[in-house]
Amino acid sequence: MLLGILIWAVAAITAALFLARPWFPAAVSEHARAFDSQFHLTLAMTGAMFLLAQLLLGIAILRARRRTKALHSEGNTRWEIAWTLATAALFLGAMAWSTPLFTAVHLGGPRPGALRVEALARQFSWNFRYPGPDGRFARLDLKQINDAGGNPFGLDENDTASKDDIVAAALRVPAGRDVELTLRGRDVIHNFFVRELRLKQDVVPGMLIPLRFRADVPGTYEVACSELCGLGHHLMRTVVIVMPPAGFAAWEREALAQLRQE
Amino acid sequence: MLGRIFSTDHKVIGKQYYFLGLASVLIGLVLSVFMRLHLIYPDRKVKLFEMLWPVGAAGGIMTPELYLSIMTMHGTLMVFFVLTTVPQGGFGNYFLPIQIGASDMAFPRLNALSFWITLAALLVLLGAFFVPGGAPLGGWTAYPPLSAVGQIAGPGQGDGMDMWILSVALFSIAALLTSINFIATVIELRAPGMTLERMPLTVWAWFTTAIISLLAFAVLLAAGLLLLLDRWGGTSFFLPSGLVVSDRLLNHSGGSPLLWQHLFWFFGHPEVYIAILPGMGLISTILSVNSRRPVFGYKAMVGAMLTIAFLGFVVWGHHMFISGMSPYSAIAFSVLTLTVGVPSAIKTFNWLGTLWGGRLRLNVAMLFALGFVSVFVAGGITGVLLGQPAMDLYLHDTYFVVGHFHLIMGVAAVFAMFAGTYYWFPKMFGRMLNETLGKIHFYITFLGVYGIFVPMHVAGLAGNPRRYPDFKEFEFLSDLAWIHTFISHTSFTVAAVQLLFLFNLFWSLWRGARAAVNPWEATTLEWSVPSPPPHDNFGGASVTVVRGAYEFSVPGRESDFAMQAGETPQ
Repeated sequence: MLLGILIWAVAAITAALFLARPWFPAAVSEHARAFDSQFHLTLAMTGAMFLLAQLLLGIAILRARRRTKALHSEGNTRWEIAWTLATAALFLGAMAWSTPLFTAVHLGGPRPGALRVEALARQFSWNFRYPGPDGRFARLDLKQINDAGGNPFGLDENDTASKDDIVAAALRVPAGRDVELTLRGRDVIHNFFVRELRLKQDVVPGMLIPLRFRADVPGTYEVACSELCGLGHHLMRTVVIVMPPAGFAAWEREALAQLRQE
Repeated sequence: MLGRIFSTDHKVIGKQYYFLGLASVLIGLVLSVFMRLHLIYPDRKVKLFEMLWPVGAAGGIMTPELYLSIMTMHGTLMVFFVLTTVPQGGFGNYFLPIQIGASDMAFPRLNALSFWITLAALLVLLGAFFVPGGAPLGGWTAYPPLSAVGQIAGPGQGDGMDMWILSVALFSIAALLTSINFIATVIELRAPGMTLERMPLTVWAWFTTAIISLLAFAVLLAAGLLLLLDRWGGTSFFLPSGLVVSDRLLNHSGGSPLLWQHLFWFFGHPEVYIAILPGMGLISTILSVNSRRPVFGYKAMVGAMLTIAFLGFVVWGHHMFISGMSPYSAIAFSVLTLTVGVPSAIKTFNWLGTLWGGRLRLNVAMLFALGFVSVFVAGGITGVLLGQPAMDLYLHDTYFVVGHFHLIMGVAAVFAMFAGTYYWFPKMFGRMLNETLGKIHFYITFLGVYGIFVPMHVAGLAGNPRRYPDFKEFEFLSDLAWIHTFISHTSFTVAAVQLLFLFNLFWSLWRGARAAVNPWEATTLEWSVPSPPPHDNFGGASVTVVRGAYEFSVPGRESDFAMQAGETPQ
């Protein structure tokens, strides 16, 4: 009997904890806001199923001794067909409803005018490079990789396009502009995760994986590696800095000026 | 003495598997306590850590690599040596032959061999703690390149990783032999009258699980050998060109890290069902016996199990939604994943249907069975969120996932094992477990697992990544410290209460009240033979099965249950 009450109590506390506060950080892109509404829709549906099941289980336990003799029944085909179809419709419906969110991120194709940036993940840090005014990423030569000397990508010095490739430790992007981020790894698998963008993508050595987003709220957002990469996994932090467009342009000018001096 | 240790009697082997699982679960539990302790007090000196790991915890402070190796070992021990071993190797070995009216498994010596190989696998795995560099730190999923390039990727990725692969390979071989044995036994050795429609759902579950094991472990074994070849044979199955690890350019080319993930999860997802199907069968039985009602929708239950087994093989890609795999396959895997949720939901409805209108006997086995249904729903329902690729864009590899799989795969399966222990202990050892201690054990554990794993979900919603040895580097993680403090303290309580279970188990082995032949008034064949059963189960008598497994409260009958066995075989 006690168990019936306890089941109701833990179910109620579970629901209360989920609703206690907005657990997600503020969303900073169209995609992130769409993600939140899809998530909350599914959560409402699954939450209702969860509470209903626990409610029924609790009732069954509280009525444990109501009968002097159990009712004989071996099943009820009509009910079984009904709840099978209902669950299938709900589960697959939720999935179909959310698919456009996923395809928009991964199947949209590059958008014209997008800012192209390349990310490099390695044990245990991040680097980003911008193609510069020539719009061309320099060729890479693995033998020229020099982490201490500021060339983690291995930009090929013999390629003229390398002269204006900006390499930075944080990802700066202008607010309101499409970003085409290409993820590159060179040792083990890492993961690029920005909570506020509701985006997460593995970085796999041997693959170039595109990730598209457009942030619209300036601010600094932490990037946490989310695929176990070794003993420094938990230290692999960088930030995405979403800047007002004018501020971003100023930063880019300054970075290029510095490159020319070197 | 030697004859008893190296016995080919399925009952002895079943008990051996059970105690091997018990030892493993204790080690795995202690390791999880160490992790929870380190997570909330990362800078506190713990003398015990230093005694156990003079290098990894020099000065009593656990290094990140030690934390990760403990985490890897926790996962590997629990998944293989507990969740795979106890429900199938332990209870399955002991009760499958009796429940179908056979005197032993089809291949008794093969059965013994499987056990000894499993024990060797366990010793090799634990040995990884003692080799230079320690145990591997790449998690139980062992993703390459981290797992394939050796010590340069981190301590533990050298000798420790080789030990891990060897252990998993040995375990796979044992699992393959066991599954062949189970399949042959069910097909060949059923007593007269034990038609498929009369088989207890436990037998259906062990049979289905054996088929899954046969297909899944074969692939894991192959994947493990390929990984060894990449490490030692100069091949590049999982390694692409251009790898620069620890400033060294590696001489590999042409492989794909994603290939490992496909092979691993082709095993890894069915593994979830290997862990939970036997539990589902047992819970169906315990709910039926203690509600004094037939299993609601027996045929649907069998159908759901077979559907789960089939669909379980085509959903592995849902572990890889954000892996870089084609987005088109992600969508296909998502459809299949949400489809496999349907038979699981059917089972839940049918469990509720079994209880509804019953007269419930709330013994400890029944309490754990009811607890199972509760946590199965709690852990399973979030699968509807995680099964959507769009949701994985945020939730993948957060504590939301950790909470989800611990509830559905860990806690649900462990509740089934506890239910099985309280239910079958009288038959296995001829004595009853103490019900009062059992109830205390149940209630604290039940509340505790919710207290541990539900908060993990909300930490995950806040974006907390898993597999972090501490949360100091990130601002957003320090805001979540209070959740981890709560989880850790709850987990210490739950771990402590398991001592009560251990005490009950060992005390009852010698001091428990004598068990009758059929203390639960259940119907399946094991309850027609003495507790414990004689060497060949039925004392040489031939047993005939005359009815289905769940004839309870049939109108017009005097007794509210009817045994499957035609006549008392002694």
